[in-house]
Amino acid sequence: MGTDFWKRFKKNKIALAGSCVVILLFVVSIFAPVIAPYDTNEINLKLVLAPPSASHLCGTDQLGRDVFSRMVWGSRISLKVGFVATGIAILIGAVLGAVAGYYGRWTDAVIMRFVDIMLCFPTFFLILAVIALLEPSIWNIMIIIGLTGWMGITRLVRADFTSLKERDFVLAARAIGASDLRIIFIHILPNAMASVLVAATLGVAGAILTESALSFLGIGVQPPTPSWGNILTAGKDNIDIAWWLSLYPGLAILITVLGYNLLGEGIRDSLDPRLK
Amino acid sequence: MLRYIVKRLISMVPLLLGITIVCFVVMHLAPGSPTDMETQMNPRASADYRERLNAMYDLDKPLYQQYLSWVGKIAVLDLGKSFSPDRRPVARKIIERLPITILINALSMLMIFAIAIPIGVLSAVHKDSLFDKITGVFVFVGFAIPTFWLALLLMILFGIDLGWLPISGIRSLNYDYLPPGMVFLDVVKHLILPVTLSAFGGLAGLSRYMRSNMLEVIRQDYIMTARAKGLSERKVIYKHALRNALLPVITILGLSVPGLIGGSVIFESIFAIPGMGQLFYMSVMARDYPVVMGILLIGAVLTLLGNLIADVSYALADPRIRVS
Repeated sequence: MGTDFWKRFKKNKIALAGSCVVILLFVVSIFAPVIAPYDTNEINLKLVLAPPSASHLCGTDQLGRDVFSRMVWGSRISLKVGFVATGIAILIGAVLGAVAGYYGRWTDAVIMRFVDIMLCFPTFFLILAVIALLEPSIWNIMIIIGLTGWMGITRLVRADFTSLKERDFVLAARAIGASDLRIIFIHILPNAMASVLVAATLGVAGAILTESALSFLGIGVQPPTPSWGNILTAGKDNIDIAWWLSLYPGLAILITVLGYNLLGEGIRDSLDPRLK
Repeated sequence: MLRYIVKRLISMVPLLLGITIVCFVVMHLAPGSPTDMETQMNPRASADYRERLNAMYDLDKPLYQQYLSWVGKIAVLDLGKSFSPDRRPVARKIIERLPITILINALSMLMIFAIAIPIGVLSAVHKDSLFDKITGVFVFVGFAIPTFWLALLLMILFGIDLGWLPISGIRSLNYDYLPPGMVFLDVVKHLILPVTLSAFGGLAGLSRYMRSNMLEVIRQDYIMTARAKGLSERKVIYKHALRNALLPVITILGLSVPGLIGGSVIFESIFAIPGMGQLFYMSVMARDYPVVMGILLIGAVLTLLGNLIADVSYALADPRIRVS
């Protein structure tokens, strides 16, 4: 990753579109208190389930709360979940993949068998089982999405390590007496980060989707904390009278996920134009 | 071929064991005891009663013993009894609900293949055409769209605004009074939305996969040979290239099983379909350990079977696999 990468990245329309969306999301969540016109928990029983209007851009929910303001604050939740969950997945995936790829033999066999076992579980089943047994809270969700999402990254990092460890610079490092840990983390891992970066960007999108599905089912972020998923739950409960509760939060999820996917795709193309 | 199948079956054993261990560990990591539901809300539950209840469910034994007795029972397909007040055997509870879940998943799998393969092939053959670009955008949006949201939108459109399709359950209230022909139609109408939506998630992935396969195959030497000997473009593409590009799709069949099964939780709770997904959701909410463990296990085993079937049919279709 160097100047070449940035040159290609800046020329890549997909990457730029993705970056714009992601930057916009960061701005919205950082400035949520300024952007949101109403308090997210301000109940107004005179304006229950009011359709979108000039004063309430996305209408109000079953308690008369402003949906737009709740969506603005909800962006913070999805940002947090996306990054923390992916961070956990990368940490586990990179370490296990590095160890498996570097040491090979039975270490590799054991770790990769474990990956195979984990991949047998329908991920959503596993997440649901664990989350409902713990108390559903935003921290538990982030941890569990992370704990069930590292397998792909392990495979990627392992593949990179098995080829990288044979390279001359690794032999050179070993020749001057560098320890295994040093070789793994200082010498090889940075070279394997490129594919991880792409997987991570796409992983953020996946984590956001999962969180919204969980919150929608009522076992994710708990009300009154606003999240895009739990606004949609209200949308389902009032499906025959309040379409705006269903439409807008989903649109926000769609745009966000689209943004991260485009960014990931753009990074991939810019890292290695041959892959396209 | 037989040797290959046996080899594959043997390699499944450690995975199966691993699956049971993971299931077991997951269920026991959770704080709180499954008997809490009965004891904490009940002021008359004495410490003695609590102990007897724990003993009844073997919860007083050390973990490895609980695991061994659990696995021993699974081996004879005894998944224990549900913690819910009906106390029915878990296996029976799941089996009753399995057919509808499998039906929906099988139908949506068919739908995915019927739509995604032509899309993938056409967009590869006409690379960079308008069709390719439009499907490209469709695929990108398809990956990003939360399907439960799409479900809500379609429910609003077809169920409420247009009133064409029912939005919950698998049969109408007057189902028992319908003439035989109408019964079938009634079920079909109830299944249209759930099947379409659960297929939607897989469409994008498979069509993209099919496209890149096809592009890869078209570049091969034997396609050039086919062209060189003067075959029509039609024959080259749809006979020589398509067959080879379709081969790896068989594996996708196996790989998409966990996604489909996992998705059934969402669809079945949105559309109130009495399948395994809905049972899982309800059991998770009620902390019904035996049912949750049973379904988690069955989900993983179905995935394993899906992979096995995919591998075996791949080996049947492509002799090169068997040798290596």
